[in-house]
Amino acid sequence: MTRITLRRRALGAAALATLARPAFAQAAPIRVGELNSYSRMAAFAVPYRNAMQLALEAVNAAGGVMGGRPLEFVFRDDGSTPGDAVRVAEELLTRENVSFIAGTFLSNVGLAVADFANQKQRLFLATEALTDALTMSQGNRYTFRVRPNTYMQTRMMVEAVRGKTQKRWAVVAPNYEYGQSAAASFKRLIGTVIPGAEVVTEQFPALGRVDAGATVGAIAQARPDAIFNVLFGPDLVAFVREGNTRGLFERRLVLGLLTGEPEYMIPLGDETPEGWIVTGYPWEQIETPASHKAFVAAYRAKFNDTPRLGSLLGYVVVQMVANLLNKAPGLETDALITALSDLETETIAGKVTMRGLDHQSTLGAWVGETALQNGRGVLRNWRFADGKDYMFSEAEVLVARPR
Amino acid sequence: MELDFVLIQALSGLASASSLFVIASGLTIVFGVTRIVNFAHGSFYMLGAYAAVTIVPWLLEFDRSPTLFFAGVIASALVVGMLGVVMEVLLLRRIYKVPELFQLLATFGVVLIVQDLVLLAWGPVDIAGPRAPGLRHGVYILDQRFPAYELFLIFVGPAVLALLWLLMHRTRFGVLIRAATQDREMVGALGVNQAMLFTGTLFLGAALAGLGGALQIPRVSANAHMDLSVITEAFVVTVIGGMGSVPGAFLAALLIGLLQAFGVLVFPKITLVLAFLLMAVVLVVKPWGLLGKPDVASGRAVLPEGILDPRPLDRFGKVLAGVAVLALLALPLLDDYSVKVGTEVLIFALAAFSLNFLVGNGGIVSFGHAAYFGLGAYGAGMLVTKAGLSMEPALLAAPIAGGAAAALFGFFVVRLSGIYLAMLTMAFAQIAYAVVFQWVEVTGGDNGIVGVWPSRWAASREVYLYLTAALSIAAILFLTRVIRAPFGATLRAARDSAARADAIGIDVRTHRWLGFILAGAAAGLAGGLYAFSKGSIDPTLLSIPLSVDFLSMILLGGIQSVFGPLAGAAAFHAVKDQLMPLTDHWRLLLGLAIIAMVLAFPRGLAGLRRRAA
Repeated sequence: MTRITLRRRALGAAALATLARPAFAQAAPIRVGELNSYSRMAAFAVPYRNAMQLALEAVNAAGGVMGGRPLEFVFRDDGSTPGDAVRVAEELLTRENVSFIAGTFLSNVGLAVADFANQKQRLFLATEALTDALTMSQGNRYTFRVRPNTYMQTRMMVEAVRGKTQKRWAVVAPNYEYGQSAAASFKRLIGTVIPGAEVVTEQFPALGRVDAGATVGAIAQARPDAIFNVLFGPDLVAFVREGNTRGLFERRLVLGLLTGEPEYMIPLGDETPEGWIVTGYPWEQIETPASHKAFVAAYRAKFNDTPRLGSLLGYVVVQMVANLLNKAPGLETDALITALSDLETETIAGKVTMRGLDHQSTLGAWVGETALQNGRGVLRNWRFADGKDYMFSEAEVLVARPR
Repeated sequence: MELDFVLIQALSGLASASSLFVIASGLTIVFGVTRIVNFAHGSFYMLGAYAAVTIVPWLLEFDRSPTLFFAGVIASALVVGMLGVVMEVLLLRRIYKVPELFQLLATFGVVLIVQDLVLLAWGPVDIAGPRAPGLRHGVYILDQRFPAYELFLIFVGPAVLALLWLLMHRTRFGVLIRAATQDREMVGALGVNQAMLFTGTLFLGAALAGLGGALQIPRVSANAHMDLSVITEAFVVTVIGGMGSVPGAFLAALLIGLLQAFGVLVFPKITLVLAFLLMAVVLVVKPWGLLGKPDVASGRAVLPEGILDPRPLDRFGKVLAGVAVLALLALPLLDDYSVKVGTEVLIFALAAFSLNFLVGNGGIVSFGHAAYFGLGAYGAGMLVTKAGLSMEPALLAAPIAGGAAAALFGFFVVRLSGIYLAMLTMAFAQIAYAVVFQWVEVTGGDNGIVGVWPSRWAASREVYLYLTAALSIAAILFLTRVIRAPFGATLRAARDSAARADAIGIDVRTHRWLGFILAGAAAGLAGGLYAFSKGSIDPTLLSIPLSVDFLSMILLGGIQSVFGPLAGAAAFHAVKDQLMPLTDHWRLLLGLAIIAMVLAFPRGLAGLRRRAA
């Protein structure tokens, strides 16, 4: 053990020495630790990291942060389990001397790292983890979250069907916290936009193991007027193909949470069902703010790939971090937390405020209808739903968040 | 329920069953002949799907005909079969002489490698394959639409079964497979070229897995997670059917497919655990599965695998152990992070030691040891967060929780032996996992519970290291004492020959049961210590990957040695900790490291010393 550790430190020092360029010698870089599921959730996490690197280049080319110090991210795989992630967070804080940590994809990993940050009294900027608990029932002083949480995205979906008349709803969601809480929020909210609406069947296939035939059959049997779909990834592809062949989606309104995100729509290809109302990211059609077009152009030029939602998020996170570091008087955790609360940042997705009340940012999402164009799925009739209109109310936050 | 709906749902179930059977038949044949629990079978399934989404669209460019589609599917299966041959020749052939469990570890290394190679070769984006030409539409059955492709799939299973029957009964290769499944030693003694037989079997097994994967491309996208999602289910089918029995696998696949199709109507959340519940019930009632037969060799006196002579350490061993303990205690001189890693090594060392107490000393191979580790963690964690107790009583409760769970599950487990026993431990672990996962109100579901932190006096990393060291080392010394006591010797006697131990008046079952409880309690203590070192508990602490990690640790260390697992735990955790920050593809490196260690130290790290001596 001991010997390996020593050798590794020597290796680290050698690596740093070769990396150190003259420009860096003038001002010590500010380091941020980023841990994410780069290995297991590569479809999301690699475009996310790519965009972060793109944004870092832009920030540093413009003179860095805090009066000329370069901004540097230390990327680590979180092993996709809370146990590994907490160890990695520890490594980032103690060995890499990062000012604070950011990242995490899976909800259980995000919650474990958030509680670790709380215990160690260090700032944690959760970027992707969606669970409401992170900023509500298990929120803490040191944890902030960037992406719109499950509740906000579900609410965007529900608002999109205001005025429709479908009364009988089916819910299909992956059997874990994200799916369960999306389904629960949906059941709570749907009656407020369609009076008399009820959920007639709920299906909860195991994540990554949907038995699509049986699930589609069970939904069809309940004869719903409309379907709320929370499946994503491989489960979504299997469900959509089975549903297409069996005619499950014909003459039915379908809502798809996250279905329009490029990560999940690209694999659907020419089987993308038309007319679903979804949250997503129509990157090729977004005109405002102007910086978004520049981002898309730069991303495509650098990586020879189209941006994903992860890319957008990665870029926004770096913009928020750079803004935070420019506003904060110092790198002490308290100073960072004070500066981050109610911090307003102009990002490529518009103005984003980190609400001080519950540490949830107002980053929004795009809501639109799916359509087929040249054998691939696109969004049409979309609009940008600003997150600030869909957040938990102040009263709900005060009840849920521990004091 | 209307009749037409019942019929359609049954057809859906049959289609799933048929797909499942194609995959499981390969696994059961490979196990029957080679006795290898082939974790890489799921990887072959995944490779079959990836090969098909590459080959089939290319063929369909020439002509969108069903013939070319199925030619592509068959070609994919053959390609994967060849990969099976590669694995046999390059890897398995070198380790047939080492303990059977070791081969399991090697195949697990292959799983890790294939996961990353797939990402490197095909990228992280899921790839949806083309639909089968001519079978894209739905067929109307009693006014309900049913996919034509699934109707076709329903016939694939019986067709594969018939072909396998012909192969087994009408060809010499098949006869040899059946003979080897019944009595491998005898087949070898009769002069059959075992190397060729094993290579051929691996080809057949891998090709069937590849066929299973390739046939799925019109239904599911090829993705990098499909290996692990299918392998547990394939294990369940082979075990319920009886390991080595192809008709048994067919029957079991039918049962599971239909149960699944109708189960989702009654309990929509049951898919997580249904198959494992069924497996546990079948094994409790029929210890050899539905159509399996007791292993002929099981009555034979064989050279036991495991701890032979738990004599006290020699001088060199004592010095080594002393240096290791001193090095651990001196970690705070280094830096904070090494203290953290050292704490985890100690915890895993205790968990691994408790597992080897079962495997090495008792011959009870548990594939679900993480259950007791995880339940210990939950026992401790929930006392702190829900009952508001402090760390000290919670740490007392951890071994009680682990031991209680082991007492409950062990009562059924110790009635079985060999691979069936191992599979039952896995089923129970999976049931415990599902309970923890599903019972959101109490356990926090898959999000788990946070806020499990040590008392104030033990909050610093250094103090917690010393606390962990004191408790782990005390528990390890206690278990060592048990191994050397008459109780330990009795367990070894039962391991080497249950029949003879029984004949001299030993109550084998009760002794095994007590041993199982003791090991569960020790694992529970390790789990409790782990919870407080992380501050949170969640279902991954009971999951199969963690159980496999524990197995890897003891195998790397050497199951013949009392203290080897400790070295194995340290080596495994240190290697993982070193590799993870290096690259996204750390699983590839970890897999290579595992295989390198398997090839270099086929008796574990402790075996290295014995060979030198």
